[in-house]
Amino acid sequence: MISQVFILSSKGDYLIYKDFRGEAGKDSISVFYEMVTALSGDQPPVVMTHKDLHFIHVKQGGLYWVASTKVNPSPFTIIEFLNRLAALTKDYCGSLSEKSVRMNFALIYELLDEMVDYGYIQTTSTDILKNFIQTEAVSSKPFSLFDLSNVGLFGAETQQSKVAPSAAATRPIMSGRGEQGGKNEIFVDVIERLSVVIGSNGMLMKADIEGEIRVKCYLPSCSEMRIGLNEEFSIGKSQLRGYGAAVHVDECSFHQAVKLDEFDSFRILKVCPSQGEQTVMQYQLCDNLPCAPPFRLFPTLERDYGNRLLIYLKLRCDLPPKSSALNVSITVPVPKGSLSLSQELSSPDQSAELQPKNKAILWEIPRFPGGAQLSALFKVEVPGLSSASLLEVGPVSMSFELPKYTCTGLQIRFLRLTPTQPGLSQRWVRYVTHSDSYTIRI
Amino acid sequence: MPYFGSDETVKELKRALSNPNVQSDRLRYRNYVLRVIRSMTQGLDVSSLFMDMVKASATVDIVQKKLVYLYMCNYASHKPDLALLAINTLRKDCADPNPMIRGLALRNMCNFRMPGITEYIQQPILTGLRDKASYVRRVAVLGCAKMHGLQPGTEIDASVVNELYALLRDPDPVVMVNCLRALEEILKDEGGVVINKPIAHHLLNRLKDVDSWAQCEVLTFLLRYHPRSDNELFDILSLLDDFLHSSHAHVTAATLRLFLQLAAALPAVQADAVLRVRGPLLATCGAQSRELRFAGLCHVQQILRSQPEQYGAHYKRFFCGYSEPSYIKFRKMEILVELVNDENVALVLEELRSYCTDVSPELAQAAITAIGRIGRTYSEPCLDILTGLLALKQEHITSAVVQTFRDLVWLCPQNVPAVCHALDGSEETIQDSEGKQALLWLLGVHGAEISSAPYVLEIYIDGLKAELSPTVKLELLTATVRLFLSRPAETQDMLGRLLHYCIAEESNMCVRDRALLYYRLLQCGVQETKKVLAGPKSDPSMAVLTGRLQEPIGQWASIFNTLEPLCGAESWQVTASGPESDILAQRTEGDAIPVHRTEEDVLAGTAEEGLSGVSHTDEELMLSAGPHLSHEAFERLWLELGVSHCEALGFPRPHSAPETLQAALQLVKIQTLAFSRGETLPWKAYVYTHSCGTLILAELLQKDSEDSEGSLVVSVKQQSEREQAVQGFLTVLRRALHSLSMEN
Repeated sequence: MISQVFILSSKGDYLIYKDFRGEAGKDSISVFYEMVTALSGDQPPVVMTHKDLHFIHVKQGGLYWVASTKVNPSPFTIIEFLNRLAALTKDYCGSLSEKSVRMNFALIYELLDEMVDYGYIQTTSTDILKNFIQTEAVSSKPFSLFDLSNVGLFGAETQQSKVAPSAAATRPIMSGRGEQGGKNEIFVDVIERLSVVIGSNGMLMKADIEGEIRVKCYLPSCSEMRIGLNEEFSIGKSQLRGYGAAVHVDECSFHQAVKLDEFDSFRILKVCPSQGEQTVMQYQLCDNLPCAPPFRLFPTLERDYGNRLLIYLKLRCDLPPKSSALNVSITVPVPKGSLSLSQELSSPDQSAELQPKNKAILWEIPRFPGGAQLSALFKVEVPGLSSASLLEVGPVSMSFELPKYTCTGLQIRFLRLTPTQPGLSQRWVRYVTHSDSYTIRI
Repeated sequence: MPYFGSDETVKELKRALSNPNVQSDRLRYRNYVLRVIRSMTQGLDVSSLFMDMVKASATVDIVQKKLVYLYMCNYASHKPDLALLAINTLRKDCADPNPMIRGLALRNMCNFRMPGITEYIQQPILTGLRDKASYVRRVAVLGCAKMHGLQPGTEIDASVVNELYALLRDPDPVVMVNCLRALEEILKDEGGVVINKPIAHHLLNRLKDVDSWAQCEVLTFLLRYHPRSDNELFDILSLLDDFLHSSHAHVTAATLRLFLQLAAALPAVQADAVLRVRGPLLATCGAQSRELRFAGLCHVQQILRSQPEQYGAHYKRFFCGYSEPSYIKFRKMEILVELVNDENVALVLEELRSYCTDVSPELAQAAITAIGRIGRTYSEPCLDILTGLLALKQEHITSAVVQTFRDLVWLCPQNVPAVCHALDGSEETIQDSEGKQALLWLLGVHGAEISSAPYVLEIYIDGLKAELSPTVKLELLTATVRLFLSRPAETQDMLGRLLHYCIAEESNMCVRDRALLYYRLLQCGVQETKKVLAGPKSDPSMAVLTGRLQEPIGQWASIFNTLEPLCGAESWQVTASGPESDILAQRTEGDAIPVHRTEEDVLAGTAEEGLSGVSHTDEELMLSAGPHLSHEAFERLWLELGVSHCEALGFPRPHSAPETLQAALQLVKIQTLAFSRGETLPWKAYVYTHSCGTLILAELLQKDSEDSEGSLVVSVKQQSEREQAVQGFLTVLRRALHSLSMEN
């Protein structure tokens, strides 16, 4: 039972406020904002209580999405609801930002009015909601040259002509209402998040993959879609199928709308996608990477004469030669009190800087081709350097994106729409692996 | 919220809204209405536009209608008389051929929170309940609840209630769930909606048709239902089975809660259900949404209270990602401490070690504390890590390590030599008062084994004038007096200086009084001082009390899937440092001697036993499990009460697995609170039970020699003295333990 829902900008501006039950006053917004900004880093902010009012919030797109309640509800329900609200807002407005929420506040009010009545969740399904939503979205991003800066996220720099621009999937789902056709697109994304810990001896200590298949659909009418996965796809411990390179996951769960009657024999998912974004399948794989971890690091630490610490890093990318990693950034913790840094990097597009606040060196590589090896030499000036200070160097953490690459090897064999849409529908399949947490101990 | 030029804006909007040119241009009209709503959201008072907005509601443009309704709901309570003007339009809309308009109007009309509205909405609601469009029925059903909420205290309309119960059979799932919600609110004073067998089975059968939100709610309502027979129970459980694996975290959690409640009498079924949600729950702990991740972690923590071994193999899932916010990292560290076992201890420690040099001092300290907690079971590797950290010579790290050392030696005396060796030189680095206190305590209590102890204390005494914290001064006084007792020759001079300074120059009353107290005490003689100050240097039995013990699932099942596991700072502090802070409080006082029986007590106990050695078989069955006792409460009571009875049972302790022992005692209504693990000696167990209206606490103690018969000693404490109750308890206990020993 939700008492109020409100959306605040990170600066505390009121963007959306809806009171469902009249139990609490409007001043609860400022109470919430004061509480959330006064929290110290170690306090969990998800649930906060003021008198008898509980605030549950999530942070998405730089905004606070808050629900307040006077009862003791299921935290999972409220959190998932707020996430769903944010996702729907993203679907309807195209993107999630303070600007888009500001511009489309009428639409969001309309959504909220249909989603929740008297504090009870009524429906959040796009298929039902689209019948009731009348307001048209105002696209917050017409066209800007700056948008091109993130082209390549999904591998736009290939020679193929049929590559979706990265901004294609960030438009409102309902905007094509008047002009049918041309925009009948469907995107199927395979997104994996990789979390890896590599020990100081180069051993793989932990390697988890959380993956999902996400469908973003702009087709106005619902038709059945068949998604074919690798035939050698196996779940759990025992099964082994086919002779090819098996794709294996530990656990797998599906959206409730997915029909699985052909899954066991042919590895085909059948789903009638509703408009907007939805996750049709989620899977996990633990401790059993089918490929080598994408990066290996060979560090050498040396105490130079005086107070200088030499960090020599050799970084190898073990991806296949055709793939490459983008936006690689490496964080190397350095001893407390490090003063200055001089570096030798192997190419001019890389950069490195010392961040005294985080006592770390940040080394950034915009593009790292598979099979390549890069090295860097950092000389750090540390007053009062002792041999114990070397213990403070490490663990190194990395973040990167691997476009067109999945670590599990999961592929989409085919994507069929039945009945076949007349001509104009376009189907895109995109793969990407993100680093959730990639840590290498020294 | 201050808003500049607010008057101007309102005036301008008013002018525009009443401009006939604007009114005739649909788009412009809507845009001005939009601006009103925007100003309203930003906190500007636009209630003076009410009249114009009422006019704007008479339009065919649905978007504009919705916006105006939003406005009206917001201000209806401020302008009830004007709101009545809008009622007419709304009532007309309630009869619109378009169900969407009907529903919209009815919903918003019910949302007007003002007195006197009920007479206008009653009829439309009743009509709405029988509307052919499910959308309108949904709205009307909740309208009943809103109407009831507007006039609290009035009599419940039985016909409406009956109609709502009938609508539970509505083909539309949302109408069904809304009926449950509405009935719950209307019948709140009578205990809410009644879930009888037909309704429960109806709900269970419809569960597949409703969406995930409604599923959760229905599952929560079903918590109220108690199946009549085992067959029915198992039918329900097998029906719920699929939902345990739902792809929605909230459905999984709600199902598990219901499962645990239904199977409250079947621990094996409960354990199995908990095992089966492990996969989904672990997935939630790795979810993309951080908030969801956090909720998952908090609930895993609850499960760990009963079944730490289930997650032991999955410890890597709880390694911290470097980009995670620290509140998630803290939870993960707590979980790692809980699930550590022989197989994973090395890798868990290695991981925790890498957090100790984190850039955030709080995080580093939490990691060090976590290593200390693991050190209670696996001392050697933990001490190696902690000692290594001292070499970094960083303030916050050294301070945390020394505090951890202090807690560790109090619980595990076998670590004293290693700790004493490692402390050397740490006084140069520690700056904060918490760390100083810990170091001083160690120097005072274990000064005999730290060769440099007097010199370190001297440094502190010399720098006393610059010391700001009174608690450090108090600790310094106690430490110096204690060290004087063990190494008088080296300490005498500085103790004199310290006492002189504190008595003559110190401005803090508390410190001065403490100094005077020690001074007078020393005047009474060294023996007297020793009696007071040289208490035990450690208390391993505390480790048994504060150590982990597997609680029954019922302990947390009722708070599962509520806000409680996640809840704010207060409870976070209680769970993080509850028992330890108690111990610290005692220790800094320096004079409390916990859990120590005097000789007299023991003698008195055995004498009594001799007198009334007859077994009271008649009263023996009077034991009852009674309310559960928390560790803290037990500890407090145990320290408060004197031993009322003590006797040797005449046979050694049963060598069965701890779980068997616990289960056996549970059978005879004796609750086990804590016991030593494995074959360690002395072996201890703490149990309690209720009998004849009194609470009985007991300690079972097996001293070192296993072979000599009859070395299991039981000492009993009672809240109010009842000899009969004790005898009954002993008989039951003896029989239970004896039968266990026979089995082996």
